[in-house]
Amino acid sequence: MIIAIPVDDQSSENKVCVSFGRAPYFLIYDTENGSKSIIHNSAASSQGGAGIKAAQTVVDSRAEAILTPRCGENAAEVINAAGIKIFKTISDSISENINAFKEGKLESLDNIHPGFHGRGDQ
Amino acid sequence: MKIAVLSGKGGTGKTLLSVSLAAVAGKSTYIDCDVEEPNGHLFFKPADIESEKIAIRIPAVDQQLCNGCRVCTDFCKFNALAYIRDELLIFEEVCHSCGGCVLLCPLHALSERDKVIGEIRRGVSGDVKVISGILNIGEASGIPVVKRLLHDIPAGNTFIDCPPGSACIVMESIKDADYCIFVAEPTLFGVHNLNMVYELVKIFGKPHGVVLNKCLPGGNPAEEYCRDKGIKVLGKIPFDQDLGIMNSNALIAAREDEGWREIFKTLLQNVMEEVHHEAAVDPKR
Amino acid sequence: MKQLLILSGKGGTGKTTMAGAFIKLASARVYADCDVDAPNLHLVLKQWSEPKRTDYYGMPKASIDADLCSECDLCRQNCRFEAIKDDYRVDFFACEGCGVCEAICPVRAVSLIPAVAGELMLYRNDHVFSTAQLKMGSGTSGMLVTEVKKQMKSVVLYTDLAIIDGSPGIGCPVIASLSGVDMVLIVAEPSVSGISDMERIVKTAQQFQTRIAVCVNKYDTNLVKTQEIESFCHQAGLPLVGHIPYDPEVIIAVNEGRSIADRDCIAGQAVREVFCRTISTLLQDN
Repeated sequence: MIIAIPVDDQSSENKVCVSFGRAPYFLIYDTENGSKSIIHNSAASSQGGAGIKAAQTVVDSRAEAILTPRCGENAAEVINAAGIKIFKTISDSISENINAFKEGKLESLDNIHPGFHGRGDQ
Repeated sequence: MKIAVLSGKGGTGKTLLSVSLAAVAGKSTYIDCDVEEPNGHLFFKPADIESEKIAIRIPAVDQQLCNGCRVCTDFCKFNALAYIRDELLIFEEVCHSCGGCVLLCPLHALSERDKVIGEIRRGVSGDVKVISGILNIGEASGIPVVKRLLHDIPAGNTFIDCPPGSACIVMESIKDADYCIFVAEPTLFGVHNLNMVYELVKIFGKPHGVVLNKCLPGGNPAEEYCRDKGIKVLGKIPFDQDLGIMNSNALIAAREDEGWREIFKTLLQNVMEEVHHEAAVDPKR
Repeated sequence: MKQLLILSGKGGTGKTTMAGAFIKLASARVYADCDVDAPNLHLVLKQWSEPKRTDYYGMPKASIDADLCSECDLCRQNCRFEAIKDDYRVDFFACEGCGVCEAICPVRAVSLIPAVAGELMLYRNDHVFSTAQLKMGSGTSGMLVTEVKKQMKSVVLYTDLAIIDGSPGIGCPVIASLSGVDMVLIVAEPSVSGISDMERIVKTAQQFQTRIAVCVNKYDTNLVKTQEIESFCHQAGLPLVGHIPYDPEVIIAVNEGRSIADRDCIAGQAVREVFCRTISTLLQDN
């Protein structure tokens, strides 16, 4: 299964980014073979609607699950429309979250924060 | 003559002044452009209200015609569109109604529909035509409402109650004004914000003057500011408890009390003299 | 870190005066002024150091290269914002950066260029104070508000409470300021206008599921209206955290660039009570 995680930078020691829409990059990880790739999130610098565009990028990457600490209403609408599940991260460590996901220990993210007209990013 | 009343800071008495001037001006029009928090109608309590819904144009898609070329999603600078699982999603509240997606769609799969964001209420109160713009709660921008409010103003003297601040909605409100009145309160906050609207009005080259509100005995930082900048002081309204109470009960002092009526009439006279003087000096306007 | 946002709907009810006093009373080390249109908090809380200043770029704006322009008029006809003048120059104030003109221009004479829409200021001593000033006539204040809050949180300080001064109204900047805060304190004013505006800001905050507390400023200027506010809060189930009387000392304090918390006056006393109740409401689990 292919999963996507918002991350702070491109390095191998990257951490989970606190924001989904404005994360600079997404880590795309394949649980079958352990392959990793990093994709750039062009929405990070958007004036508005960053969540929508970021979600489009992740959907286009063919991810089947997203691991994120937070997700806005608009992004969630796009992700749900694509039939992708959103899971809540448990820490800022990539490996901890991937392992927890593989063991089925991550809970789905239910606490979707309201859209602030595309200005809700923290 | 169109006279805009503005202040930078909120709560300095824009509504008090614009309502009072309209009330003593005989046949006149009052327009409330503070569409986020419109209050003038609370004072005038207008009758015979006609309501007009204000809508913006939002794209709508015919999914059958859309082939997923993504020209629109790539174009939209506001990221209001997404293409997911063979369907185009449209996020209304992010849309700025630029019409670009409709224009560029090669298959004409996009059209436009109306989305109501507010309304305009027109009524009468005595001799005064009262026109208020009201933005719906949760909407981001009242500019379309203001544009419509100022679209066809009846002839005669018109008093425009502007929103606070100096952002683009204020510019929209004063765009066609013949004269601008600043209302300033005697605090450093008042001066700081007065400075901003003053700069704004200068950009537009509008003739202007100031009314000092809530004046107390002793120093008045706003008055000193006007002296320094050479801004004409049109009049002073003293801090007065009775006026405060009438105002907080949404009563128009100029209609309730002969004394206040005279005060605002004199103020209106000063304003009108200044307006006509400016118009004579610069006939372009 | 808990974030307390101070709002009012109506302008001039005493948001900034209240925010200034709260910051003093809490010895808050992190605070921000989100009224980017008319920031005033820096006037009450004098800063002794120069801030770090950063340009804030809003939406890019269109620019037409007169040498390339063939005056076909397509851009002007298709601009929804009336931002293209008869002489094919762009009105920077009206342009929203949508890019329709750029897309439609047959001779590629239009480009979108970055435009400064305001300035962010960050004061950093033993405390963090984030503020900004929107350029006159700019329209993208919601994003600047988001930037102010982001800047406030960019400095990691171990502290429990951040206090944020909001802007009047219910539109874009107010909605942006609501994002992520733990509670809103609404400073209401006992007048017909004040109540009408309070009701609209309460509805706005409720739409974004934000917790709300209300206090009444200058409550003794109209006791009947104060009672109306009380019963409104009661019906809406909103905690009323106190009343502050009208006090001429407040204007004196403001004009001296000081907080009313520093003065021994009736309003200062009342604000201290409002502060205590607000904080205990904030710290209660919801």
